[in-house]
Amino acid sequence: MKERLVQLEVLRYNPDTDTEARFQRYEVTCAEEWVVLDALNKVKADIDPTLNYRWSCHMAVCGSCGMMINGEPKLSCHTFLRDYEGVIRVEPLVHFPVERDLVTAPDDFMEKLKRVKPYIIPKEKKPISEGEYKQTPAQLMKFRQYSMCINCMLCYAACPEYGLTPHFIGPAALTLAHRYNQDSRDGGRKERQEVVATHEGVWECTFVGACSESARRTSTPRAPCSR
Amino acid sequence: METISTDVAIIGAGGAGLRAAIALAETDPKLRIALISKVYPMRSHTCSAEGGAAGVIKPDDSFDLHFDDTAGGGDWLSDQDCVEYFIHEAPKELLQLEHWGCPWNREADGSVAVRPFGGMKKKRTWFAADKSGFHILHTLFQTSLQFPSITRYDEFFGLDLLIDEGRCQGVTAMEMRSGELRQFHAKAVIIAGGGGGRMFPFSTNGAIKTGDGMAMAYRAGAPLKDMEFVQYHPTGLPNTGSLLTEACRGEGGILVNKNGRRYLQDYGMGPETPVGKPQLKTMELGPRDRVSQAYWHELQKGNTVSTQWGECVLLDMRHLGEKYIDERLPLVRELCASYLQVDIVKDPVPIRPVVHYMMGGISTNTKAATPIPGLFAAGECACVSLNGANRLGSNSLVELLVFGRRAALSAIEHIQGLPAANTKALNARAVETQKRIDGLYARTNGTESMSGVRKEMMDTMEKNAGIYRTEEGLQEGVKIIHDLRQRYDKVILTDKSKVFNTDLFQMLELGSMLDCAEAVTVGALARKESRGAHQRLDYAERDDNKFLRHTMAYFKGLEPPRIDYLDVVITKSPPGVRDYSGDHK
Amino acid sequence: MSRNPLIREVPPTSWYFRHPLYLRYMSREITSIFIGAYCVLLVVGLQRLAAGPAAWEGFVTALQSPASIVFQFLCLVAAFYHAATWFNATQKAMPLQIGEDFVPGNVISGAHYAAWAVLSVVVLFFTGVF
Ligand SMILES: Cc1cc2nc3c(=O)[nH]c(=O)nc-3n(C[C@H](O)[C@H](O)[C@H](O)COP(=O)(O)OP(=O)(O)OC[C@H]3O[C@@H](n4cnc5c(N)ncnc54)[C@H](O)[C@@H]3O)c2cc1C
Ligand code: SF4
Ligand code: FES
Repeated sequence: MKERLVQLEVLRYNPDTDTEARFQRYEVTCAEEWVVLDALNKVKADIDPTLNYRWSCHMAVCGSCGMMINGEPKLSCHTFLRDYEGVIRVEPLVHFPVERDLVTAPDDFMEKLKRVKPYIIPKEKKPISEGEYKQTPAQLMKFRQYSMCINCMLCYAACPEYGLTPHFIGPAALTLAHRYNQDSRDGGRKERQEVVATHEGVWECTFVGACSESARRTSTPRAPCSR
Repeated sequence: METISTDVAIIGAGGAGLRAAIALAETDPKLRIALISKVYPMRSHTCSAEGGAAGVIKPDDSFDLHFDDTAGGGDWLSDQDCVEYFIHEAPKELLQLEHWGCPWNREADGSVAVRPFGGMKKKRTWFAADKSGFHILHTLFQTSLQFPSITRYDEFFGLDLLIDEGRCQGVTAMEMRSGELRQFHAKAVIIAGGGGGRMFPFSTNGAIKTGDGMAMAYRAGAPLKDMEFVQYHPTGLPNTGSLLTEACRGEGGILVNKNGRRYLQDYGMGPETPVGKPQLKTMELGPRDRVSQAYWHELQKGNTVSTQWGECVLLDMRHLGEKYIDERLPLVRELCASYLQVDIVKDPVPIRPVVHYMMGGISTNTKAATPIPGLFAAGECACVSLNGANRLGSNSLVELLVFGRRAALSAIEHIQGLPAANTKALNARAVETQKRIDGLYARTNGTESMSGVRKEMMDTMEKNAGIYRTEEGLQEGVKIIHDLRQRYDKVILTDKSKVFNTDLFQMLELGSMLDCAEAVTVGALARKESRGAHQRLDYAERDDNKFLRHTMAYFKGLEPPRIDYLDVVITKSPPGVRDYSGDHK
Repeated sequence: MSRNPLIREVPPTSWYFRHPLYLRYMSREITSIFIGAYCVLLVVGLQRLAAGPAAWEGFVTALQSPASIVFQFLCLVAAFYHAATWFNATQKAMPLQIGEDFVPGNVISGAHYAAWAVLSVVVLFFTGVF
């Protein structure tokens, strides 16, 4: 197995003991094909058990492991060591409060998802016994690409508008609203429009394109933003 | 310690937990529901399921056929009353998801599309591209947002059940971001904590699948059922354990050994079918246990390929061609290219079997009730005895829905006319949890490292309780795990901080995994037969006389569990021969 | 309670230096200034035209001064940049679906470029260049 020595510079913050954040340097031997998350896991198991971060699936689908890697928002389980040289700098996602180390508080994001009423508000109700709502493949394709957001919040870290205007509802929540608006089974567009079209809704988006850019280049092969 | 009073507390917000919460909220909007989860709901591991969910919907299919596939696939260890209930509820639940917006794939006429799946005789697996579990989870989560009676406690780590007067009346949990304990007083508790595949070193399971829910119920006195049945998926990446979906084979990929032979034909799954023309229930579309076991035999014969990641067999998809692969298996190509640096269009992929699913779990009946009044369980953490000795792919996503809902309805029945809780007694129980946690922080005589104990546990499970098992191997395994459980009390907690202390959570998870691992090894040692996913080299045959029974493991503190047995419910399909030689004579 | 989340401030005046992408975005925003300025110029031209032949002659002469030519050239470049970046963004901003399939992104952008070329030819034709 090809190995290499990887240097990580990780932002540390512990509210129990620190008043501000600091960087800590780790050196770990890693396999060539590893991702940044593997390196962090090795640090935690063998060097420093007090390092904290979130992860679960290791396959870019649960959305837990977003971090800033060399200044860009990435999923650490899908960021390959082979694409980096020298010291790799790892920080928590920007634009979110840092609870500890690489763990941020996504409360605002969760609140925004809920605000756009992301559920079917049926055009016409019918009981289960009458079977499925018919939906042609073409009708499905109309919204499917917008239904693939893994809620990783990278786009919120990438979006300067969200950083400057925190009440901006943001890329993922807008996409989600659009996903339901485009669904042939849904009749809730009007209700959602109240949220989306108000001043903190879609008009705040200035088309920086950082959301799709950040996700497309590197991180979420499964997300709408990767198109 | 802050007390939160609620009507029903649910531990786990994956597919099963969310379905239960919605069912509660819909059935009785006045109920207060606390949905407790150690991760945000959409991070739950249901999101990683790719293949799909089985339910009879097409005219050429029938309930009887789904019944036969499930009962036979489970090597007749499934309770058939449970299978019967399940197959009838399955299409209703999948339609319900359709009404809630799940983006199921469609036929040209707008009806729901189904695909073939291993071990299923008919096409009956509903799917949403290759992200079925993801879409199910997100549809449920988003749907749940419309119910004000569901209060979510995201990133609360469930610790102990509160049992008083023989009834389950709540649970303690730690708010992860503050490290503070909370006690939830509830009239009923539903556990939906998912599986525990992480006790093995190679697993498709995410980091959160550590069997906490199972261990919580087990410690409180509920038996764990059939824990020795652990499913291997035949095609995992040899380095990360990531799953290559069964669709690889469904679309025509073949498995070959180092001599290029399609070795499955040598293990009762032949005769060979033409390359690229897969047939249901034979060769590459045989059931998971058989296909995984064939790998082990090839390994013994020296027919595997040595790679930098260990011994592998090859999954060859080259004959499908670039165009077809990009159309049907784009994510598989991406996964292999990025994590293994293999292009499936040009080269075969090295793969090996990987731990995937636990058939066993908290013993429940068809009403999703455990033997402890007030305690219900659903999803992978429960063993309602649908999957028997071997789960069929695409049955478990539906199980989450069917029994998630069932658990909710049973909980509602249970709480009618319940006497008031003795809060003093519950408080006293909660204080015990507090003491346990304080003890971990205060431990100064620690000598064991957490990662060390964890690694030993994983290696032991792999070596002694893996695809094939023997008396000596299991005896050794039982002993080592027992030992590790004693040593667990000397593990050092390095991080003494309160806020989001993942060192602490990993320590608690290790405790859960060790408890479950002991139930697995002890159950496996006691089951002297081979059935489904439990294969013994020294008892190669199924023994219906002695073991057409469920293993029940009862917690005995630091001692190994007490093992008891429960008869399997057989209604209409007597044990027969599992035949995967295809339709052709 | 030991919770004490750390808020890392976004620098309000220099955020766009943090990433090349932000910088590209800001440079595109700056091109709008030129386009705006050129619009003002056109309005002034109209006003001159209304003020009589002498005023108009003066305006045309002023337009031919070297400084003015440099300015107009800059405006042209800015307009090109602004248009091209927008056309490239249309693939994402205005996805188009026919039946089950999405029209490929480069076709959408390509159509914009084509329309631009055609319009330019039409305008040049009416101004008598051909
Ligand atoms: C890679 C992969 C592919 C699969 N593909 C398929 C498929 O195609 N078809 C199919 O039918 N099945 C498939 N399965 C199986 C199926 O996905 C799982 O069995 C199912 O998703 C489990 O769901 P669950 O709701 O029981 O648990 P999970 O989704 O795992 O959720 C568990 C929940 O419990 C919570 N929890 C756990 N411990 C605690 C604690 N201590 N305190 C608080 N909360 C806790 C977690 O936070 C989480 O919310 C697949 C599984 C894997 C791993
Ligand atoms: S839109 Fe993309 S980047 Fe944003 S949260 Fe969703 S998946 Fe992540
Ligand atoms: S660990 Fe799930 S997205 Fe990275």
